[in-house]
Amino acid sequence: MSGWHALDQFLRTDPRDVGCEQAMQVLDIYVDAIVKDGAEATERRYPGVAAHLRACGPCGEDFAGLLAAVTGAASGA
Amino acid sequence: MTGNAAPAEAVPVSSRGPLDEESSEWLRCLSGTGRDARGNAEREQALARLHEMLLRVARAELLRRSRPVGVDGRELDDLAHQAADDALVAITSKLNRFRGDSRFTTWAYKFVILEVSAKLGRHYLRNAPVQAADDAWDRIPDRFGADPAQHAETRELAQALRRAVTESLSERQRRVFVAIIIAGVPLDALAAELGSTRNAIYKTMFDARRKIRAHLVAHGYLNSEGPGTS
Repeated sequence: MSGWHALDQFLRTDPRDVGCEQAMQVLDIYVDAIVKDGAEATERRYPGVAAHLRACGPCGEDFAGLLAAVTGAASGA
Repeated sequence: MTGNAAPAEAVPVSSRGPLDEESSEWLRCLSGTGRDARGNAEREQALARLHEMLLRVARAELLRRSRPVGVDGRELDDLAHQAADDALVAITSKLNRFRGDSRFTTWAYKFVILEVSAKLGRHYLRNAPVQAADDAWDRIPDRFGADPAQHAETRELAQALRRAVTESLSERQRRVFVAIIIAGVPLDALAAELGSTRNAIYKTMFDARRKIRAHLVAHGYLNSEGPGTS
């Protein structure tokens, strides 16, 4: 991947992106849906949240952390 | 975002049904129904158990993020306790807002994960490395994986991006973009420094990305095509 291609990917924005506030409001619902129905089905059902979590580093980290906590990968539950 | 606001259905919508058994039990114990001695004892036990779970999640989350943020040992443990303590206060004060759209523990863990994020942002501010701003612009091609051997490409990319930032962004957009992308300040740390929110900083970055891309397209560096993007 060239530098230009990576820069282009970074600069592209998804109009479905719901933003941090809405994504964080429903993060627990989204994570439970992933655990229950799988990532693909959940992303299809909630494209705006999925678009945001792909684009926003901090929210993506929170998503990964919550998913790890719920699935026991992090909490040792 | 911005003029392309997402439709409401893009967000999971509450469809409250009966609580699952475990969530219902958490709510019953934490609300101390009855307020008699037994109810109070159950509530204290539930609070202690929940705090223990939150602490475990906080520690695990800090460990998961520890390499890039440089937190370990006693400092990590202190941050984990602070995050668990603050999350427990937030959870108990907002218990009446739990609608049962997710499992109670997922809802509760979200609080401690967000506390960890906020505390790491403030930790970065207190321990931020000194940045050499001029050199940082030269390192931008590395940030986007440009081949250092391709001197002409890397120089052109850095110059074009710098020009787009200078010519197309507002002062605030420029400040936010430079801090996050050029200086490498974490978004949460910048939000804390500016007394802003993650959402507001992200929206500023979202608009900045669109404007920079439009500038680079207008000057022939990038193509305008792209399905589902702007």
